[in-house]
Amino acid sequence: MRESTIMKIHYGTALAAVALVAVHILMRLTMNFAESLEYETVLANYKFIPYALMLELILILLSVHGFNGLRVILLELKQGRTYEKAVSYGCLAAMVGLIAYGSRTIIMVNMGMV
Amino acid sequence: MAQVSSVADKQTTSSKSITLRISRYNPEYDDASRFMEFNVSYEKWTTVLEAILEVKQYFDHSVAVRYSCRQATCGSCGMMINGKPRLACFTKISELDSNVVTVEPMSNFPIIRDLAVKFERLFDTHHKIKPYLIRDDTEIESDEKEFLQSPEEVEQYIQFANCIKCGLCNAACPTMATDSSFVGPQALAQAYRYVADSRDKGKDSRLKMIDESHGIWRCHFAGSCSQVCPKGVDPAMGIQLLRGYLLGFRS
Amino acid sequence: MTQDENKEGVGGMINPRRYGIERVAYWLMRLSGLGLLAYFIGHIYETSNILRGQVGWTELLEMTSTPFFHIILSIVIAMCVFHTVNGIRVMLGHGGIGVGKPSRPDYPYDPASQNYRHKIGIYSAIVLAAVAMMYGLAVLFGE
Ligand code: HEM
Ligand code: SF4
Ligand code: FES
Repeated sequence: MRESTIMKIHYGTALAAVALVAVHILMRLTMNFAESLEYETVLANYKFIPYALMLELILILLSVHGFNGLRVILLELKQGRTYEKAVSYGCLAAMVGLIAYGSRTIIMVNMGMV
Repeated sequence: MAQVSSVADKQTTSSKSITLRISRYNPEYDDASRFMEFNVSYEKWTTVLEAILEVKQYFDHSVAVRYSCRQATCGSCGMMINGKPRLACFTKISELDSNVVTVEPMSNFPIIRDLAVKFERLFDTHHKIKPYLIRDDTEIESDEKEFLQSPEEVEQYIQFANCIKCGLCNAACPTMATDSSFVGPQALAQAYRYVADSRDKGKDSRLKMIDESHGIWRCHFAGSCSQVCPKGVDPAMGIQLLRGYLLGFRS
Repeated sequence: MTQDENKEGVGGMINPRRYGIERVAYWLMRLSGLGLLAYFIGHIYETSNILRGQVGWTELLEMTSTPFFHIILSIVIAMCVFHTVNGIRVMLGHGGIGVGKPSRPDYPYDPASQNYRHKIGIYSAIVLAAVAMMYGLAVLFGE
């Protein structure tokens, strides 16, 4: 991928995340903070499809943004063909891994598999 | 006769002095650099370069330093002065406000000897962005006169044309501090200088050249380049304006 | 002997003392980005505990309801606010917005890109982060 395409994705994911993360955090403040984290409340949140979709979206956006950010930092830290390849594919793998792991939680809870 | 007496004055009135610490290093023989200290007297107008030349003249001729114009025009005398990249000929000792003046070779440039550094990488990257007008016709071929520009069109790039290739910006840049493949602020600012020139038609090829993994995106707008530039080029501005094209903010 | 490039290295990169607030913002942005990424990974792991049912979830809630974790969370709040606000400033800057416009340079050559608009942006990111952190501490420890 062209570097400009990657960086446009980086900025785009950041912008989209601003709004969604704000909603996600404000959910903790619509009621008492501790109460919002009680098992039943959280479970209900996960089962509410629009909210679950939002969580999934945040998961994808921030994984892409965060691991690309890590890639940028590592690329600037050290250079070399093998190193740079390892960094790029390593970050991509970590990104996919985290998305898969997080999606597992969201999907399983949403479908009532707990 | 007035002149003679003023020379005599100089010798008697120069009461202030500083310790000039010069980094000495010859990669062929030395394992590490070490500092040599000299006591140098100075006047309000004495530059760091003059102090170094005085050391060469009276104390140790073997100090290696590169300079030519002595007036911030040739871009030869960049070095770290008290930790920051500056032109030795453009920095007065009095303005440093310190009793100790430490001079070291410019960071992020390989050392030849003492204060002299290699410029190959800067010249390479500068060359890579095609630092000349690109277009199909020439002034000679087309029957018309010179390529005309309005004062406003000149204003778009003239600031960046002030670059003297001294490399101070590359020495200050945080990305250059660790990235051996980065194009660097000097070359990126020059890419903008030509892209912004109304006579130039090479925008697409230059944008393509800098849009790679160690190209313009490795700039994070920390602005250190602009803070050290002795000619007001403001490379950080040029780079962000250039990136504006790639992000679709400008066309 | 391989040619030593004499690069400043990470120490020179993060040194906050030489080049003003813009350079400080640069490395705070990195630090907060990395901190948030670490927290994000932890957070995904943390929430996966809900798959262990009510017992597992409550166990985890208890484990993270200590002053230590509350302080960590407050720092995360501060990092998040700084990174977001400064991120918006950086994105505008990268697009060439608010970086001044070219002109004939004149002594003493103050760079137009290092202007008050961006400095205000950086300072407000820091202040907002501090305020949010204080608010977070109040909520977390106020109960
Ligand atoms: C939601 C609001 C956010 C915004 C507006 C935002 C914006 C940005 C921007 C513009 C950059 C590029 C900085 C540069 O090139 O100098 C960046 C870098 C980065 N971001 Fe974010 N970000 C946000 C959230 C996050 C989160 C939640 C994480 C963690 C998962 C994160 C991790 C990173 C990392 C690791 C970098 C690389 C640091 C660097 O290059 O300086 N960001 N962010
Ligand atoms: S942009 Fe300024 S600091 Fe950089 S090489 Fe040109 S004159 Fe020197
Ligand atoms: S000697 Fe020419 S720039 Fe200093």
